[in-house]
Amino acid sequence: MKKLSFKQKYFAFPYAFLCVVFVVVPLLIMLYFAFTDFEGAFTMNNFMYFFTESDTQNVLWRSIGIAAIATVICLLLAYPLAYFLANSHFNKYAVLVVLFVTPMWINSLLRTYAIRTLFEMIGLERGTLAVIIGLVYDFFPFMLLPIYTTLSNMDKSYLEASYDLGGGPLKSFTRVTLPLSVPGIVSGVLMVFMPAVSTIGITEMLGNKDVYLFGNLINDYLGEFYTWNIGAAYSFIMLILIAASMLITNLFGKEESSVGGAL
Amino acid sequence: MKETREKVEKKFEKIIEVKNVTKTFDDVTVIDDINLSIRKGQFVTLLGPSGCGKTTLLRMIAGFETPTNGNIYIENAEMTAIPPYKRPVNTVFQKYALFPHLNVFKNVAYGLKLKQIDVECVDKNGQKTTKKRKYTKAEIEEKVNNALKMVGLADYGHRNVTSLSGGQQQRVAIARALVCEPKVLLLDEPLGALDLKMRKEMQIELMKMHKELGITFVYVTHDQEEALTMSDAVVVMNDGVIQQIGTPKKIYDEPANAFVANFIGESNILSGVMVKDFSVKFLDTLFECEDKGFAKNESVDLVVRPEDIKIYPADSDKGQLSGQVTSTVFKGTWYEMEIEANGYEFTVQSTTEAKVGAYVRLGIKPDGIHIMKKLRTVNEFFGVIDSEDTVKFCEGYFQFNNVDNLEKGTKVKVSVPFDAVTLTDDEEDGIIGGNVTQTLYKGTYYQVQIYTDTDEDFYTDTVDEWDIDDRVGISIAPEKITVEKIEEDGDEETEL
Repeated sequence: MKKLSFKQKYFAFPYAFLCVVFVVVPLLIMLYFAFTDFEGAFTMNNFMYFFTESDTQNVLWRSIGIAAIATVICLLLAYPLAYFLANSHFNKYAVLVVLFVTPMWINSLLRTYAIRTLFEMIGLERGTLAVIIGLVYDFFPFMLLPIYTTLSNMDKSYLEASYDLGGGPLKSFTRVTLPLSVPGIVSGVLMVFMPAVSTIGITEMLGNKDVYLFGNLINDYLGEFYTWNIGAAYSFIMLILIAASMLITNLFGKEESSVGGAL
Repeated sequence: MKETREKVEKKFEKIIEVKNVTKTFDDVTVIDDINLSIRKGQFVTLLGPSGCGKTTLLRMIAGFETPTNGNIYIENAEMTAIPPYKRPVNTVFQKYALFPHLNVFKNVAYGLKLKQIDVECVDKNGQKTTKKRKYTKAEIEEKVNNALKMVGLADYGHRNVTSLSGGQQQRVAIARALVCEPKVLLLDEPLGALDLKMRKEMQIELMKMHKELGITFVYVTHDQEEALTMSDAVVVMNDGVIQQIGTPKKIYDEPANAFVANFIGESNILSGVMVKDFSVKFLDTLFECEDKGFAKNESVDLVVRPEDIKIYPADSDKGQLSGQVTSTVFKGTWYEMEIEANGYEFTVQSTTEAKVGAYVRLGIKPDGIHIMKKLRTVNEFFGVIDSEDTVKFCEGYFQFNNVDNLEKGTKVKVSVPFDAVTLTDDEEDGIIGGNVTQTLYKGTYYQVQIYTDTDEDFYTDTVDEWDIDDRVGISIAPEKITVEKIEEDGDEETEL
């Protein structure tokens, strides 16, 4: 690769500055709070608190569970749709895809408000079900788009080769199309699961006290001045979880397929 | 040794039959009513310029495309609408299409894992029945390893296909197709992406495989040299139509028409007149030839291969033509010279060089001249009389001499000789417009093919040179247009 010229380097400076001020410094502050007590002395108690309180752990498990359910539903809905859109003659100019992705361009808070009103109209009570539907509704395009991209960029000759070698439509799908679309699935899953596991807006608006998730927990701790340290520690745990899930899925994606397509 | 009748029959058994097949994509005809039969065990090449329909024909045999009209038979079984996975053929794709998520071994094993084989077994009552079963793991392993050994990649099973070179990928693709033991192997420009040296090597290997396996190969290429080297039979195609089918030697020595002569090898194509049997006149000179059976003074196309022209010193009494060398290029083992004689620039290949500017005598032996029937000399269209002196065809209104006083609205067949069509630089100056799709130098003039906006082809003989894809106007001298009334009840329209 060509070495960056001296001048080109400058173009990255504005963002680098923003990154330091709004990402790196706050992260360091968070770390500081996570490892200190109220008086500012070093302590591991904030983390110990998480491991000793089974309630807290349950909240985390519930968050992961609900996010996983929403992710699976998104995947089950998005894959057939993406498959149809990628092969459809009706979708010659990708108009249909735009229709399905348009909601992504509207602020998710507005969308959540809209769906809350809708739920009130049809009489669906606030609770776990409403939260899951809300999550699916909000994050669906993030699942659809990467899968659609992978499927529609896939070289059709692979499928033809499979037919040619005696694979019927079903076998060709499970042996060629599906494995080749794994990178799309992986990035779709990441893009839905990660924001879903840390969601607070949707649970605040669509949930009740049964759907008290990790995001809400952190929010509550950070809401009180004297529990900031615990809130910071929990945020740190969440961060590690997200980083870990990304690492795992990345490894998984690489192993399954060497073709590109992941976002 | 005398062959038994059965053996002879088997030898000439047709394995693929293409009957009256037409294929159109969005109203564009890519394959136009093709008939072709391929004998068992042959190495057949479909040869033609890009866009001639050769790949489409192959894809219809493979089952990826369905003919718009006509039928395809493989081993005498109707296959026209049978999907590719139920056909006894396998394909080597142009860009290999190896599965990137599988390693070399799994790629080759792919077809075997899906395959069902018949096994005979005896049931409780002693009855023989056939059952279907899949290959066992051990069988698959043996077959895959044999196939990889055959293509020279014995130890590559565990390798990732994306880590292989183009040539190696091609070998895997061939192994993957052959391991399924197809009745016919279809190859779609398989060597197109390889460099010259690799291509030559693979050509020899493919020929060897064909000989050893004894199965039928259908090979698509636009490389005439490749086609002539490898095949038992060559099918030359252009514009969705078969121009000639024959052995490589026959096609080279006796091209059926000017297109084939021009496409296969270097050639001098001229226009001449058959004065009598064994005697042809071109460039104002009489030549002996080996062809007969033409009408007296019939105008013909003829081809002279560059290596069939002998050069003699200018003061020699040998040879029939005098000429001057205009250029010379050394081609490794021979010199390729352009020599102008009687207004025609001959391409001549010779191991001895004549310097540029030198005067020489050119001699052509009777067996060096190959006479071809002119494809057509008259354009024919269907039209309608528009007024007392205009006829409408190809969406244009052309003036003509209405000698028969045909009434307005009469359907007619319009004939326009090639030399009556005038081309104009400016489309506006012509009656209708079109694009130049082909030009062929015929010695003293160019034969230019123009494709009109109404999907018709106009041919014209002109002394001017036109470039391919030029937009031109077409006009016709009124006295050169002849019209003939079409009888309404006749089927002439469909026949033409």
